[in-house]
Amino acid sequence: MLSLWRKLSPQERRDAKTGYLALSPWMVGFVVFYAFPIIATIYFSFNEWTLAEPPIWVGLDNYARMFTRDPLFVSSLRATTLFVIISLPTKLVLGLMLALLLNLKIPGMNAFRTIFFIPAVISGVAVSLMWIWFLNPDTGVVNTLLSYFGIRGPLWFWDLHWALPSVAIMSIWKVGGAAIIYLAGLQNIPAHLYEAAEIDGASKWSRFWRITLPLLTPTLFFQLIIELIDAFKIFTEAYVITHGGPLKATYFFLYYFYEEAFRNANMGYASALALFLLAVILSATVFVVRTSKGWVYYEN
Amino acid sequence: MRIDPARLSASEQLRRSARQRRARKLVGHAIIYAVMIALACVFMLPIFWMASTSLKLPRELMAWPPEWIPSNPQWGNYAEAFGKYPLARYMLNSAILVVANIVGALLSVPVIAYGFARFNFPFKNVLFILMLSMMMVPGHIKLIPLYVLYLRLGLIDTYWPLILPAYFGSPFFIFLMTQFMRTIPRELDDAARIDGAGPWGILYRIIIPLCRPALTVVVVFTFLWTWNDFLEPIIFLRDYDSFPISVGLAFFQGRYSIEWHLFMGATLVSIIPILVVYFFAQKHLIGGLASIGIKG
Repeated sequence: MLSLWRKLSPQERRDAKTGYLALSPWMVGFVVFYAFPIIATIYFSFNEWTLAEPPIWVGLDNYARMFTRDPLFVSSLRATTLFVIISLPTKLVLGLMLALLLNLKIPGMNAFRTIFFIPAVISGVAVSLMWIWFLNPDTGVVNTLLSYFGIRGPLWFWDLHWALPSVAIMSIWKVGGAAIIYLAGLQNIPAHLYEAAEIDGASKWSRFWRITLPLLTPTLFFQLIIELIDAFKIFTEAYVITHGGPLKATYFFLYYFYEEAFRNANMGYASALALFLLAVILSATVFVVRTSKGWVYYEN
Repeated sequence: MRIDPARLSASEQLRRSARQRRARKLVGHAIIYAVMIALACVFMLPIFWMASTSLKLPRELMAWPPEWIPSNPQWGNYAEAFGKYPLARYMLNSAILVVANIVGALLSVPVIAYGFARFNFPFKNVLFILMLSMMMVPGHIKLIPLYVLYLRLGLIDTYWPLILPAYFGSPFFIFLMTQFMRTIPRELDDAARIDGAGPWGILYRIIIPLCRPALTVVVVFTFLWTWNDFLEPIIFLRDYDSFPISVGLAFFQGRYSIEWHLFMGATLVSIIPILVVYFFAQKHLIGGLASIGIKG
């Protein structure tokens, strides 16, 4: 390292000093807020620890418990996976359809963009509270509207089979956030490609499949990863609305982690849970990145 | 009577097809508007219902069929909500956290990004990649060690855990800012250097004033994220009086869940600052989001 430093000219050394000085807050922050907590979590996951007493080394016991004898782990994994499977593809497709609508060149479209994006900027707590009342089985809007058609609406958040779909519907309501990203991607597609296709007599349908979709794949790819990570981290809805119920139907993984760590003070086991979630998120991301070479199209 | 098209003069035919095209376009627009308005109504229904409920009398809450627009709007509900719940206190707490986080981000992010964007030094690329990879690390993984650390330092139930990280730069903002600074021509730096400015003078007098769009994104996002944050405050805060508005609302829902007319008013009030910031800054917000989406 020292020899590397000696090779630099005086000007380069001055530059390097300024550069390191500028980066120093980040380097401190990296150690305190990233490196230390990540390493400590790994260490804690091999211990049994309730904060009251010093940690006891238990080796892989936490992991053994997680994979072989923890029904709550299974419930939370099932709820989270189901949520991801329902909400992620729906949001990707509906987001794209909404973006295509918002991309139509007609006056006043900006107002619509503003409206559809609003749900995506409101906090999870406010949205949750709003939806508890909105989906109220007796007086909520949805069941009232259904009753006009003589349909008896479900109990939504309070029904064993409807609770998870209800949370997914809430999350799909925020689809405008994804649509805005797609919209930016759509607007980056050069107009001359469409003009050339039109001259060649390509139909609207084939223009979509041959130009729009391929050129949008980098944006779709980016959004898929962002939404994937986000979906696995679902928490607030379970905390505010369902408390994981009914019968653990919405006992999402991060909520389980929160209860283990900060209600039951099982810091060791909760650390193992946290690492498992990280592993799931990372492998899902790596899987998407690996397959992306087959479907993401880069112009250069 | 049918007219044989072949008999029409060329100019008349042109006029006809132009009129047809205009008519078709008009119909097309009308259909699109109808679809968009219907969709917008569906999307806004939960918010509309919240606003409508907040103006009702308690006995109207359970009325069937429900009144869509209260015939006798109870504006006094809002005063009652403010009197019953410490809403003002909670919003002030959120505002304090927002300001402290914005100051932290504005102090740290431009300096760090300047280091990445303008100087060469050993291991710079390694450090940059390390920073980018931290963007992918979900926050929950750090909560237990940080909680223990803050507990040992006696910082639980203070605002420090919710404020300090901002002063060391968040990877997302550093990345955004670095990319933006790279688009500012280096000739400007050189000119200032010839005039005798040092590296920090160049940053504060030349570069930062040109970074206003990126800085706006940092400010707006910090506002939204801090105002909406929930998981960290419920872990690091205990005293009811110190809760930010997100936690305060969730807390009241558990205790007074019957008074939905007051409660919906409180929820509506809690999102007003977000909506105001959003309306004023939406161009920057969308532009900022888009720039990472495309280049990422």
